[in-house]
Amino acid sequence: MSAGARRALPGFGLGLGYTVLYLSLMVLIPLAMAVLKAAELSWAEFWAAVWTPQAVAAYKLTFAASLTAAAINVVLGLVVAWTLVRYQFPGKRLVDALVDVPFALPTAVAGLVYASLYMKTGWFGQFLVPLGFEGAYSRTGIVLVLVFTGFPFVVRTVQPVLEDLDAEAEEAAHILGASRWQTFRRVLLPTLIPPALTGFTLAFARAVGEYGSVIFVSSNLPFETEIAPILVVTRLEEFAYREAAAIAVLLLGFSFALLVPVNLLERWSKRHDG
Amino acid sequence: MTGDPTPEEKPVFAATSGSGKASTAPGGRGEESLRTDPWYVRYTLTGLTVLIVGGLVAVPLASVFAQAFARGFAAYWRYLTDDPDTRHSMFLTLAVAPVAVALNTVFGIAAAYTIARFRFPGRTLLTTLIDLPFSVSPVVAGLVFVLLFGLQAPLGGWLKEHGYQVIFAPPALVLATAFVTFPFVARELIPVLEANGPEEEIAARSLGASGWQMFWRVTVPNIKWGLLYGVILCNARAMGEFGAIAVVSGKITGRTDTMPLRVEKLFQGMKADDTAAAFAVASVLTLLSLVTLGLKVAVEAKLKREQKAAAERDGAAR
Repeated sequence: MSAGARRALPGFGLGLGYTVLYLSLMVLIPLAMAVLKAAELSWAEFWAAVWTPQAVAAYKLTFAASLTAAAINVVLGLVVAWTLVRYQFPGKRLVDALVDVPFALPTAVAGLVYASLYMKTGWFGQFLVPLGFEGAYSRTGIVLVLVFTGFPFVVRTVQPVLEDLDAEAEEAAHILGASRWQTFRRVLLPTLIPPALTGFTLAFARAVGEYGSVIFVSSNLPFETEIAPILVVTRLEEFAYREAAAIAVLLLGFSFALLVPVNLLERWSKRHDG
Repeated sequence: MTGDPTPEEKPVFAATSGSGKASTAPGGRGEESLRTDPWYVRYTLTGLTVLIVGGLVAVPLASVFAQAFARGFAAYWRYLTDDPDTRHSMFLTLAVAPVAVALNTVFGIAAAYTIARFRFPGRTLLTTLIDLPFSVSPVVAGLVFVLLFGLQAPLGGWLKEHGYQVIFAPPALVLATAFVTFPFVARELIPVLEANGPEEEIAARSLGASGWQMFWRVTVPNIKWGLLYGVILCNARAMGEFGAIAVVSGKITGRTDTMPLRVEKLFQGMKADDTAAAFAVASVLTLLSLVTLGLKVAVEAKLKREQKAAAERDGAAR
């Protein structure tokens, strides 16, 4: 359809022109501004802006909390996806619909609710805090709310793969004498790993940039519970624009670097499907 | 590989739920027993799923409404209607989100049409760039507009001299919202347009339709459910955006606070009723997102039918 369609269909110039213009005005030029602003700093100044002990502590916390939350999401996501695809139970459609709530619920609401649930007086907190589980204004609270915001990713990447699986491989394994568990581990699990990894990376990428929900559940103390995006906000409030841009460029670089494994994984899972 | 029916059936959307298929697939072939797990595995996993979704999603949702109505319906209504700052935040959210969604919808249609219908150098790069805003932290998204339009920036200063304030004002809220929700419509439309194929459009052209006639009478009707789906998702995110708006708005109470920012301010407030009021505003946002999900489920069903029809037309054409 390629060459023929271009001759047969109108609007190529207008469509491409508008797309590139709007993309440039809305996304590319603004992002380039951050890089230009950061480039006003010398290397030494840039380094001094992005690599203070307080900033390093924030990066470490952001990555550790995001990795933990994404890993928890893989386990929860596999259980939920498996149940939703393989079993019938009353209320299944409701459970399936609820999985998407974290995508639709404003992050501020998520943060507000999680903070109040896990406070000492909250619905969960009244039982958990006496047991030593501090789910609000702590690092644990950050992980908890990141598990919430990233929850749908693994479920929604694994679910369609599970649905499309052919029965034949499982039957063959059964006929050849494999137990149910062996079949799962040797036949099913290998096909579920690529989509689960894709979901993991998506949840991780989302968690690294998350701001709205975290500032509600975290006490936002430097070296303790301060995440990396807060650093940008703090610099801005001090009118240190170049330093804010420098930290932003570092965060941008990291999230773009994450796009590479996401794309590779998606290609890998497509090959596995086919 | 070619001619295999599966590619059409494969879910094109990241968040598609296809539970309908699961119920027919295993039973249809009569090998239920081979693929059914023992009862204790089934019960454990089902119980775990209900616990996970319940604890992570359902209980928090219920708690929003429980806390919003903790002091009765009259108090709830007063929180929402008596406070002028809260009223203004609702007005601002309802004014900013549609503008951003409209901007991204026009762009989404143009981008999806260009990418799905034509092959040109840089097409893959363009597709990747459209997704870019999804991987940018909301705070960084807000920052770039401060750097462009802040009073310290040449452009921002120049605009201010000529009487236009962008930053700490509604225009910046629209820009930041449009940035954060940028890919939604385009992303949903590209696969829908690709599934539809150009045959009907080419037919319309050869029958003498002008470019715009073809667009309004053939292209748009064929993608209407996909378009609606993208607009719904885009709007939900636009109304709930927090990080980017927090940075560009300056958080001026009664002036640039949208509903999510109002929730934060009330939550940090010192007055006795502030937390309950924060939950009242949050409950409105929650209701909006539940309506979004309901619409999404309804539209998804239509969308599946639309794609099936497209696939059948495609099959007949071959």
